[in-house]
Amino acid sequence: MRYYDKLIFELSREGRQGWSLPENRWEERPDELPEGLKRKNSPGLPQVSEPDVVRHYVNLSDMNFGVDTGFYPLGSCTMKYNPKINEEIASIPGFACLHPLQPAETVQGAMEIYTGLAGCLCSLTGMSAFTLNPFAGAHGELTGLMIMRQYHISRGDMKRTKVIVPDSAHGTNPASAAVCGLQVVEVKSTPEGLIDMEDLKPLLDDTVAGIMMTNPNTLGLFEREIKEIASSVHAAGGLLYYDGANMNALLGKVRPGDMGFDIMHLNLHKTFSTPHGGGGPGAGPVGVAAHIAGLLPSPVVRKAEDSDMYEMAENPDGPGRISGFAGNFGVLVKAYVYILTLGKENVKNVGPYSVLAANYVKESLKDMYRLPVNSLCKHEFVFDGLDMDNAGTDESAGCTTLDVAKRLLDYGFHAPTIYFPLLFHQSIMIEPTETESKETLDAFIQAMRAIAREAATQPDLLKSAPHNTPVRRPDETLAATRPVLSWHPGL
Amino acid sequence: MGFAYFPHTDEDIKEMSGRIGINSLDELYADVPRDVIYKGDFDIPDGMSEMDIRRKFGEMAGRNTGLTIFAGGGACDHYSPAVISSIISRSEFLTSYTPYQAEVSQGTLRYIFEFQTMMAGLTGMDCANASMYDGPTSAAEAVMMSAACSKKKKRVLLSGTLLPQVLDVVRTYARFHGIETSEVPGNGGVSDLPAIGRELQGGDVAGVLVPGINRFGIIEDMEGLAEKVHEAKALLIMYSDPSSLSVIRCPGEWGADIVCGEAQTLGIPLNFGGPYLGFICCRKEYVRKMPGRIVGETVDADGKRCYVLTLQAREQHIRREKATSNICSNQSLMALHATVYLSLMGNSGLKRVNELSYGGAHYLHARLMETGLFADAFPGRPFLKEFAVVPRMPVRELQDVLLKNGYFGALPCGEGIVSFCVTEKRSRSEIDGLVSVIDNSFRQR
Repeated sequence: MRYYDKLIFELSREGRQGWSLPENRWEERPDELPEGLKRKNSPGLPQVSEPDVVRHYVNLSDMNFGVDTGFYPLGSCTMKYNPKINEEIASIPGFACLHPLQPAETVQGAMEIYTGLAGCLCSLTGMSAFTLNPFAGAHGELTGLMIMRQYHISRGDMKRTKVIVPDSAHGTNPASAAVCGLQVVEVKSTPEGLIDMEDLKPLLDDTVAGIMMTNPNTLGLFEREIKEIASSVHAAGGLLYYDGANMNALLGKVRPGDMGFDIMHLNLHKTFSTPHGGGGPGAGPVGVAAHIAGLLPSPVVRKAEDSDMYEMAENPDGPGRISGFAGNFGVLVKAYVYILTLGKENVKNVGPYSVLAANYVKESLKDMYRLPVNSLCKHEFVFDGLDMDNAGTDESAGCTTLDVAKRLLDYGFHAPTIYFPLLFHQSIMIEPTETESKETLDAFIQAMRAIAREAATQPDLLKSAPHNTPVRRPDETLAATRPVLSWHPGL
Repeated sequence: MGFAYFPHTDEDIKEMSGRIGINSLDELYADVPRDVIYKGDFDIPDGMSEMDIRRKFGEMAGRNTGLTIFAGGGACDHYSPAVISSIISRSEFLTSYTPYQAEVSQGTLRYIFEFQTMMAGLTGMDCANASMYDGPTSAAEAVMMSAACSKKKKRVLLSGTLLPQVLDVVRTYARFHGIETSEVPGNGGVSDLPAIGRELQGGDVAGVLVPGINRFGIIEDMEGLAEKVHEAKALLIMYSDPSSLSVIRCPGEWGADIVCGEAQTLGIPLNFGGPYLGFICCRKEYVRKMPGRIVGETVDADGKRCYVLTLQAREQHIRREKATSNICSNQSLMALHATVYLSLMGNSGLKRVNELSYGGAHYLHARLMETGLFADAFPGRPFLKEFAVVPRMPVRELQDVLLKNGYFGALPCGEGIVSFCVTEKRSRSEIDGLVSVIDNSFRQR
């Protein structure tokens, strides 16, 4: 990786072009539009030749770190290998060239993929039906909560406007609830990091719409009392929502439907190997149990009643439409390829291998990093910073989680998720996934141990890290106090 | 048997288990109640080889019909230059996460900054975010943003000439979020500005959402609307097609406050509806209410220019239940797609795209009128690449004839009204072919 300091606008020269389009031989031209409807000022797009465009973006890519570059132990993000065959299949013209409003008889293959993937997801999760329309995990949460509210509204139960969210939850959970018009009630965690049943029970009254849970939770711990939680919430008339961000731990081993969840979402870009793309596009399919299977958003893809044909239809009983068309189809194709490549046998190993990797890393580092909950973890775990006693350092050296994360970049690893969950002050959340070899994990363990030793002997090395990256620590305060959000000539 | 994505040998598993202190992988789930462990078989096929996958998906692709696209309706068949797929498939872009670690994400951060600059330039706004899921959800977010800006007012006006899926998605979000929506039906194929003016007089309106180019393809004339909206202390939100904005008056020139829309038109493949590219731009006084990711410029510890995610105090992971949007990602790779597209096109290329689309669409319109089989749905209304006509034959019969001959067009867009869309990809012979199929099938009867 090396620093490259250009913006595309700075390569622009009057008279250059990077396009190759046919000559305009039409007689009718947009010049003849009424003056008042025409653009007056320039949109300010750059003028750059094709080779310069290519080199510019290849240079930019050289400042980026991806899963194909190296180990990416980002907790809660499941940065597993993104298979190349997925990409190839998704780009087949027979899929990529389909217009979303084409008549059903011309898109039977695409609908076969939609329903085939939905069927696999049902089997893997124990749900009864899936919509693949939501575009991302947070979009899935919002869709799932809309279904939850729609369920209560359809029963005439209008007072259920509260949703219970654990204090360890992802930030999207309370935000999705608020966007959906629900009031958030927080339930506390026990010192062991699990939902506190004593805190939960008094919250369960007839205004509760449901509870949102991540299991294993954001500490990587399995909520052992899930069956009891499920029966208590159900007895109070609420529904259970499963945030599938951490589903990789359970894939092939435990199904949310069997734990008593009524609604859930999956992140295809986490558990089902589709690339994160620098922040998207993802896909956040939502599954529902049999008793609310009729409440999915429009459009629904299904077999037509009197024929073998698939059709796309409105669902008047659901919450409405939450996407322009039927989801990020290109992403759905990739996830379906992944599931069919895995097959019914290999899929059973995904969860166990990811949990094996996480526990191996945890056990190999817990003498040098503080482990707040010392027990079996699932696919990820959380350290609360360096263990000052065992690492031979003291508080005065003052190396923080941020320093450790930045120093890891120098060792050629991406940093883990840091300062989340909010339960601890120095959280380091590590998720290795099942596609990393023991050699990779060992190299990471060695780097983490070396950094812990450096913290004791050369703390400044950490505090000034990273040293080997294209840029060093950015001044985030400057960015926020004097926001520069676009390029201007002479800037 | 091994599996290509699992590096674990039996020896590795043994050593790792030993470090953990377990005898079998089942012990990794010792904290899970026994009756919750799944012991059945999954209803999915046996694993397939890469060759089997190619064959199976090739067959499924074969059960779709490739058609010559003369339809829009919120998804346009524009050309995607070869450079784009080469760049966006680079694994440094494709397989990276959201750019939280700025030091190893300058590639992503820089192209998002370029994207923001280009979108702000096209729409005539001060700033843009890093992108949204798709057009309709960006409209829903823009509507919630207008309500958040006004604090007390919870009513939003929607022009009935917006695309139906935009109206549907906005209404879904608004209903759950507690925003009242009032649809103001169109008049003569365009937004009813006098009616909107009357609705504004109640003083309870937070925002007004109107299309730049509407569901019939008509370029709307918004003269005087911004003044009326601002007098009522509301925000003007425009739903825009960014591809068109190199030639038609941009939302900034109309006095809009927030701009949202669908940027699939910037050369992104049709992909059966996704992934596409939503966007939001706004005037600078509203940037702290804008949803989604925003990238800003700063310097690093050595004073070098660099880029970071900024103004994050707006976002869900900080504000949690106080957030006005729950979006925690963008369509980053699609934003890269659009950025590379606009870098190649520049002002002149985007103008050419519009000239070719305009020329082809007006040629098709004239040829269809010549057949005598169509009437103008809204005579004299200006359009760019999409237009609405009233066929004299039953709509279903028209569509069937087109399909049988490999064309997809005549999209229903109102009672007895259909639309056609022509992009730079459609040649004169394709257009002539479409017209002669219609002419031959219906004129002789």
